[in-house]
Amino acid sequence: MNKLLTFLDMGGYALWVWPAYGITAVALIGMVIFARRDLKAREREFETLRAARRGE
Amino acid sequence: MSVFSALLARDLKLALRQSADSMTVVAFFAIATVLFPFGIGPEANVLARIAGGVLWVTALLAALLSLDRLFTVDYEDGTLDQLVLSGAPLPMVVLAKVTAHWLTTGVPLIIMSPVLALTLHLPAQGYAPMMLALLLGTPTVSLVGAVGAALVLGTRRGGVLLSLLVLPLYIPVLIFGTASVEAVITGVETNGPLLILAGFAVLALTLCPWATAAALRQAVE
Amino acid sequence: MHKFANPTQFMRIANAIYPWAAGLSMILFLIGVPIALVSSPADYQQGETVRILYLHVPAAVMMQMIYYGMAAGSAAYLIWRHPMANLVAKASAPMGAIFTALCLICGMLWGQPMWGTFWVWDARLTSTLIQFFIYLGYIALADAFEDPERGDRAAAILALVGVVNVPIIKFSVNWWNTLHQPASLSLTKSSMTGDMLLPLFLMMGAFGTFYIAVLVLRLRAELLSAKIRNARLSQVAVSEATAAAE
Repeated sequence: MNKLLTFLDMGGYALWVWPAYGITAVALIGMVIFARRDLKAREREFETLRAARRGE
Repeated sequence: MSVFSALLARDLKLALRQSADSMTVVAFFAIATVLFPFGIGPEANVLARIAGGVLWVTALLAALLSLDRLFTVDYEDGTLDQLVLSGAPLPMVVLAKVTAHWLTTGVPLIIMSPVLALTLHLPAQGYAPMMLALLLGTPTVSLVGAVGAALVLGTRRGGVLLSLLVLPLYIPVLIFGTASVEAVITGVETNGPLLILAGFAVLALTLCPWATAAALRQAVE
Repeated sequence: MHKFANPTQFMRIANAIYPWAAGLSMILFLIGVPIALVSSPADYQQGETVRILYLHVPAAVMMQMIYYGMAAGSAAYLIWRHPMANLVAKASAPMGAIFTALCLICGMLWGQPMWGTFWVWDARLTSTLIQFFIYLGYIALADAFEDPERGDRAAAILALVGVVNVPIIKFSVNWWNTLHQPASLSLTKSSMTGDMLLPLFLMMGAFGTFYIAVLVLRLRAELLSAKIRNARLSQVAVSEATAAAE
């Protein structure tokens, strides 16, 4: 337990180390989520467009 | 060469007819500089310390404002299409237009700068290097700005976009322009920054007309 | 060269790379982050804050690599009309901007405990900030035209102008920095020991493969939107033709 606390404390620099890792994680995960959602949305759009074409 | 002189003469004649345009740029230079004492306070020694930097920043902004219209008139009335289609060497065309721009805005800014420097209490030995630095730096400003002005032709938000594209590229000129004034004031040897400014001008002169020509060609295609 | 110019061929290769890049990135993060945070030693000068550099430096490397990649792609697009090269540049730009922002944020978070202030006009931080504006300019220009193809070409020219300027800006900022500030503890300049290189390289690899994987996703989306645009245009053309025939 004590070990975990000293790890989380980061030698007194917790206030800077953890936000750096947190913000980076959020940015990277955000990039993936955004890219995947964007791709899905366009795939759907393309499919509806193709379906409309076939219907004509 | 005849293309160059013909275009230069035409642009100068147009600028002379609409001399209010250059006047506006100089007036902007003056008012923007005069804002600083209001923002910072009128203490002579503080103003003297920042005079070189303030004049350079305001000169860059003034030049930028005028660059916005460097190609727009020719672009909108179709002159630019004709120039591109005419088969005239496009970098030469660009060079003529940039020279005209520099003569009608850069030079007035240089002439105006000592008057504004007076109001900022620039130390006496700073005047010569300041004007020399402006003389060597403003051609680069016009040349680099021309690339940006050609790139934003036909966009929805030309002026603001131009600032975003071009201002980061002006930072080297700003650094060495201000440094050549400060070097003299702090009593250090002055030639270094001025020589680097001259080097930038040569580099810009060899590269920018081609980049601008490429940008113009894609704009009228 | 021309094998890659064909979007179908290009995407076949890109899609084959995708699972490897994504998997490798995941593995490198899973190994690299624990080493960066736990098992690597604290620096004798910087203490635990050195762990921030394992994010800051890879982000800085990505910022530079992506921009050079964009410039190369833009050149290939302008010279050989290589459509995929331009698409790579365009899809990379927002990622480059985000990596640059991360580099700045991590640099500032390192600076606060080390320098006592979030922002110092350190040569590297200043150059990074300027690079960030160059990325923003590219993104804004590419997006500013009604006709997407014009935006592509204008942005490609801007990328090349920028890549010529980047070393000049770096040189100027370094010169300016030494003129105005005595060298103190500088970001990343302090000597790197062997213990620090392992997490650094692992994180660089993780960031690099991450970029490639997300780039493939973004390229797929870009190609699809081009297809959608074409389909829309031909639909309009068809309906106009039928209207004219009636």
